[in-house]
Amino acid sequence: MVPAVVDGLLAKRLLFVTGKGGVGKSTVAAALGLVAARRGLRTMIAEVAGQDRVARSLGGGSTGFEEIQIAPGLFHISIDPQHALEEYLRFQIPARPMADLLSSSRMFQYFAAATPGMKELLTMGKVWELSQLQRRTRGAAAYDLTIVDAPATGHGIAILRSPGTFADVARVGPIAHQSRAVARTIADPTQTGVVAVAHAEEMAVTETLFLRDTLREDPKVPLAAVVVNALLADRFSTRHARSIGKALGTAGPPAARAALRAALSGHTRAGGQREQVESLRKGLGEEPIALPFVGPDRAPAGPSGRRQNGERAMFERLADALEESALAAAA
Amino acid sequence: MNVVDMLEGKRVCICGGSGGVGKTTTAAAIAMGMAAEGGKVAVVTIDPARRLATSLGLDELGNDPRLVDPAVFTRRGMEMKGELWAMMLDPKRTFDELIARLAPNEQARDEVLANRIYQELSGAVAGSQEFTAIAKLYELDREGDYDLLVLDTPPSRNALDFLDAPDRLTSFFEGRALQVFLRPTGLGMRLFGRGTGVVFSILKRVTGIDLLQDLSVFFRSLGGMIDEFKERATAVNALLSDRGTTFLLVTSPEREPIEEATFFWRKLKAARMPFGGVIVNRVHHAYDLGDLDVARIASELEPELGPKLAGRVAENLSDYHVLAERDRENIAQLAHRLGGEERMILVPYLDSDVHDVDGLRAIHRYLWATEDERTAMLADVVA
Repeated sequence: MVPAVVDGLLAKRLLFVTGKGGVGKSTVAAALGLVAARRGLRTMIAEVAGQDRVARSLGGGSTGFEEIQIAPGLFHISIDPQHALEEYLRFQIPARPMADLLSSSRMFQYFAAATPGMKELLTMGKVWELSQLQRRTRGAAAYDLTIVDAPATGHGIAILRSPGTFADVARVGPIAHQSRAVARTIADPTQTGVVAVAHAEEMAVTETLFLRDTLREDPKVPLAAVVVNALLADRFSTRHARSIGKALGTAGPPAARAALRAALSGHTRAGGQREQVESLRKGLGEEPIALPFVGPDRAPAGPSGRRQNGERAMFERLADALEESALAAAA
Repeated sequence: MNVVDMLEGKRVCICGGSGGVGKTTTAAAIAMGMAAEGGKVAVVTIDPARRLATSLGLDELGNDPRLVDPAVFTRRGMEMKGELWAMMLDPKRTFDELIARLAPNEQARDEVLANRIYQELSGAVAGSQEFTAIAKLYELDREGDYDLLVLDTPPSRNALDFLDAPDRLTSFFEGRALQVFLRPTGLGMRLFGRGTGVVFSILKRVTGIDLLQDLSVFFRSLGGMIDEFKERATAVNALLSDRGTTFLLVTSPEREPIEEATFFWRKLKAARMPFGGVIVNRVHHAYDLGDLDVARIASELEPELGPKLAGRVAENLSDYHVLAERDRENIAQLAHRLGGEERMILVPYLDSDVHDVDGLRAIHRYLWATEDERTAMLADVVA
């Protein structure tokens, strides 16, 4: 019996979406966000390192370090370390003039810039703040779920480890105290989950298993879910493929031959993907969440060259697929 | 235009581009091909999954290139006239080695290596992979043992981080960040002396004294290596713009990687760094069929396949065509943005996943083909 993985994810407060480069982490984060919002959860999608891909694709425009609603029930923020630092100082030092003095002090700027891992820690600090029921940000309401579109595997692991590392290094003092609180949240599977996104390709599958093993060691968190993205639908059975191959053996008009070729290669690729999903399933010891390949929109590009509505439609279709997988699991 | 043209007169080839576009396999295929022709070639890669290493018969992560057993290729009927060397970079170890090399004495070296901040963070933080990758490249180049070095850049979200790495390091050492900790009246000294400044006392309050002390020790011990580090970073930067170096941009035809490749190219131009060409992987072949008539194709296939399957096959082509058109538009846009520089190799979307030597050979065929040969190969696949 497959557990209702998607429901389990939505019951947490904080999700990190990571995986190999180019597998569609942002897309999956956005689709998860849409599903959560459809279920009535007040949901935040946080992008890091000043990225705003999700916001732009969903048609919300660039948001920056501000919590902005980009769809009903769905909010967005783009976290950059500098803003996170200034905010942190204002929390730490209630006396505003002193906080300003410190954040404008060169010495402090240098300290923050030069300390290895400080950027990661500040980013994690802000993510943690977003996920809290009692928000420190004045007048800010709590979110039911915060989804972080995290960096790719290597840096993704580093960012998840940074609070624990700083808690160890700093031992005492506010940074130690704060880091420990964040590290505790990350290590608590009732609150936090890491979602690994993969493609059904050998290298992506291996990297996903590597990610699972590495996170188990430090910061000792299990993967909450694995999503295999961009699976091709196999329209043809083995018997079909034989007939198609046979038809290709006889000459025919170019377009018909192209159609036969495309059908065969689609069948071959889908078969290759099935093998990879199988080896992922074996490696994980459980069923990954499968998401279909969603092709480009057929409508021509707008004057800007972007297919904004098309992208939004693509996210909605993936959200549909996620909901279906949740339903299938429940059945 | 093929890869050999792109690498004419070069001894360093850096493959850049966003994650997931086949950079690692492209770098390996290039290195393999150049070695097959008789060169002594090393490919340097960062691949957390290590799958490629396994396929090349390298089971361990090493910090020096290792010779790939030529039997790996000859078994598959590929003649290997030269030598292919490969290494998977371990950023943490590379950084340790760099510290060991640059430290003025053993005591300074041990102090840095034993520092908790260094230990915890050197291998993991943003930028360290980028920096160690080129630092290693620089060393291999200086040793001069290879005819060609091929570097697969780290999978950073922003591929440009890679180009900035040496500059960031130089400005860190030249800038006042470090001086704050090092000069006699600086933070480092105040920690141990009787620092009383307002800023300092607030800083102590928000960070905690332990962290400041560890940092201070870390920076003080690094301080002894400032000149060496600066020199190193400058030399690394010089290597990046050297005439013997070239950057190949690797991308897929999807919009995001294409945009990333464009930015990378602009940045190369702005920094006057050498650009060799673009390799576009996973291109859906654009069948030259004019306006697609699904109903007609279905009726043409019907006698052979029956109405149901014929319809499905025709419909499948129509979906495929949308992808091929998207690829064509995106590639045309890239070519246009690059000022019509026709230094582009298109590698088709292969039916099987590329992760072993056979896969490398499949890519290699396209990278080495001339324009006409490529057209013929595609026609062959497609016909």
